[in-house]
Amino acid sequence: MTREKLLEVKNLQKHFAVGKKNTIKAVDGVSFDIYKGETFGLVGESGCGKSTTGRTIIRLYDATGGEVKFNGEDVHGKKNKAELLKFNRKMQMIFQDPSSSLNPRMTVLDIIAEGLDVHKLVKNEAERKAKVEELLEAVGLNREHATRFPHEFSGGQRQRIGIARALAVDPEFIIADEPISALDVSIQAQVVNLLKKLQKERGLTYLFIAHDLSMVKYISDRIGVMYMGNLVELAESDELYNNPIHPYTKSLLSAIPLPDPRYERTRKRISYDASVHGTDSDFELREVVPGHFVRCTAKEFERYQNEQK
Amino acid sequence: MSKLLEVKDLKVSFNTYNGEVHAVRGVTFDLNKGETLAIVGESGSGKSVTSNAIMRLLPEPHGFIKEGQILLEGVDLAKKSMKEMQKIRGKDISMVFQDPMSSLNPTMKIGNQIMEGLMKHQNMSKTEARKTALELLTLVGIPRPDVRINQYPHQFSGGMRQRVVVAIALACNPKILIADEPTTALDVTIQAQILELMKSIQQKTDSAIIFITHDLGVVANVADRVAVMYAGKIVEIGTVDDIFYNPKHPYTWGLIGSMPTLDSNDEELFAIPGSPPNMLTPPVGDAFAARNQFALEIDTVMEPPMFKVSDTHYAATWLLHPDAPKIEPPDAVKHRMQGFAQTGTKGGGKR
Repeated sequence: MTREKLLEVKNLQKHFAVGKKNTIKAVDGVSFDIYKGETFGLVGESGCGKSTTGRTIIRLYDATGGEVKFNGEDVHGKKNKAELLKFNRKMQMIFQDPSSSLNPRMTVLDIIAEGLDVHKLVKNEAERKAKVEELLEAVGLNREHATRFPHEFSGGQRQRIGIARALAVDPEFIIADEPISALDVSIQAQVVNLLKKLQKERGLTYLFIAHDLSMVKYISDRIGVMYMGNLVELAESDELYNNPIHPYTKSLLSAIPLPDPRYERTRKRISYDASVHGTDSDFELREVVPGHFVRCTAKEFERYQNEQK
Repeated sequence: MSKLLEVKDLKVSFNTYNGEVHAVRGVTFDLNKGETLAIVGESGSGKSVTSNAIMRLLPEPHGFIKEGQILLEGVDLAKKSMKEMQKIRGKDISMVFQDPMSSLNPTMKIGNQIMEGLMKHQNMSKTEARKTALELLTLVGIPRPDVRINQYPHQFSGGMRQRVVVAIALACNPKILIADEPTTALDVTIQAQILELMKSIQQKTDSAIIFITHDLGVVANVADRVAVMYAGKIVEIGTVDDIFYNPKHPYTWGLIGSMPTLDSNDEELFAIPGSPPNMLTPPVGDAFAARNQFALEIDTVMEPPMFKVSDTHYAATWLLHPDAPKIEPPDAVKHRMQGFAQTGTKGGGKR
């Protein structure tokens, strides 16, 4: 099966200036590809740069360096208004906190239709309303909800509105930045099931950013693990969970508590110590097993490869 | 085992502009010495209100204990005055909150915040209290306590702050520690450290812990017994093995089914439809009936009593009545229960 690359991220960097002298390298040279129709999960602890990566890809931040290609076209760099519009339509985002990402003074109808208006996708009021109602039903809400305001909804319902808004302009690619972290467990499952259903129906591609590893494993085809602004490991999700290679991934996996008391009684946590990498500094993302990349030095690479035999 | 805390038919309400919100509607449970009881449920199920009521931290007079008893070694806390409660809080029962940044005083040095309780409750002198504070900081695993004791909360990371909160809570060797979502705001690796810390301290001090959370993974890790709350009531209570390997209440099935396991794959998650009821007007009968695909007719009329499953395991669902149809849990949940059993026998080896 040849897979078509939808998004290529190459050596992406995003540095923030802190005061006059210092910079924080939030994202420091991250590279990965996302194929059409897949879900790519990005995990890591808070402050590892996973959200910054997502936000830089969609141009909420200007990249410090590197490039992002969407369908072969450069996302960053100079663009005229028409090009920007075209690009914005294809890439949409779902945010973590559904109550702060919806304008409290707009009705649900206007929130969802904003994208339709900007891109002039509907000709008249009736068409606009019909389209919004169709979207509301697609995400499991009622037509009648269109006239209400965000505060009248529960967290799970608000997240559905956020999803409907992202879907309004028929995007190809959706970046979901911790879309379920603020929701209750039972509601999380509802939203995840909805995202999966929409992906099947509309052939969407997702970049799913989260820190809940079991949920990421469940929804993603491939997963990238980030640590301190770098991608340390990238593999198919089953491969990553069954055969983690990078010591940080191992420690992260060993820290997740599972809903299984017998397993929990025997679980041993592995802690990560950055000094295991030694003094070499030729870190690079290298392919240890086909499709399984690990950020390591040349020496480590050799060792990892031997361990895999 | 000796009963340390007995909560009997506790009812808590809040007066609001819209009317009375029945947040807790008759909760009964015991807590034994040295054990950890986890209370799980969705937001709004009344788990935090229950723990705040035990601490008498309700915003009185709007929030009040309507009925019921909270017996700490036979003494009813519900009847205590605020003055008397101040002597109990921090000494007999103490609490760890979710967000360490908002539960620490930003203008006070860490050391003084720990020493405060020691000097008030145990009549320690300043030098004694300082010595104990240093010991506590070492106990909760904070490096260089002699430097850290003079620092302010903003100089600590999230995990370190939560360690300080745990140190404050443990300062006077409380009989009961109530932890209200203590790790929800933390990263997994830090969460694991805090949980390990709480467990090791419990072994040393033999205090009882009430652990409130919605994360079933954490529950499996820390709890001896589990109480599942829904709409202000305990719907199922049992040992941790009872709840995870032999759940009886459809709501517990839903909770377990909605969590993906690491070895689960493409099957759809078993989501509970709808959302929790509005507690201004609690539903008649079984509060979960509207979201329950196995609801019986009687569920909309009469509330189910607690049925006994075993000596340690009780559940409030009409499905356990001898006349009820025999209903098996949904496949997704059953599969999960079997999956659990397997990983258990494998000794949790390689994942």
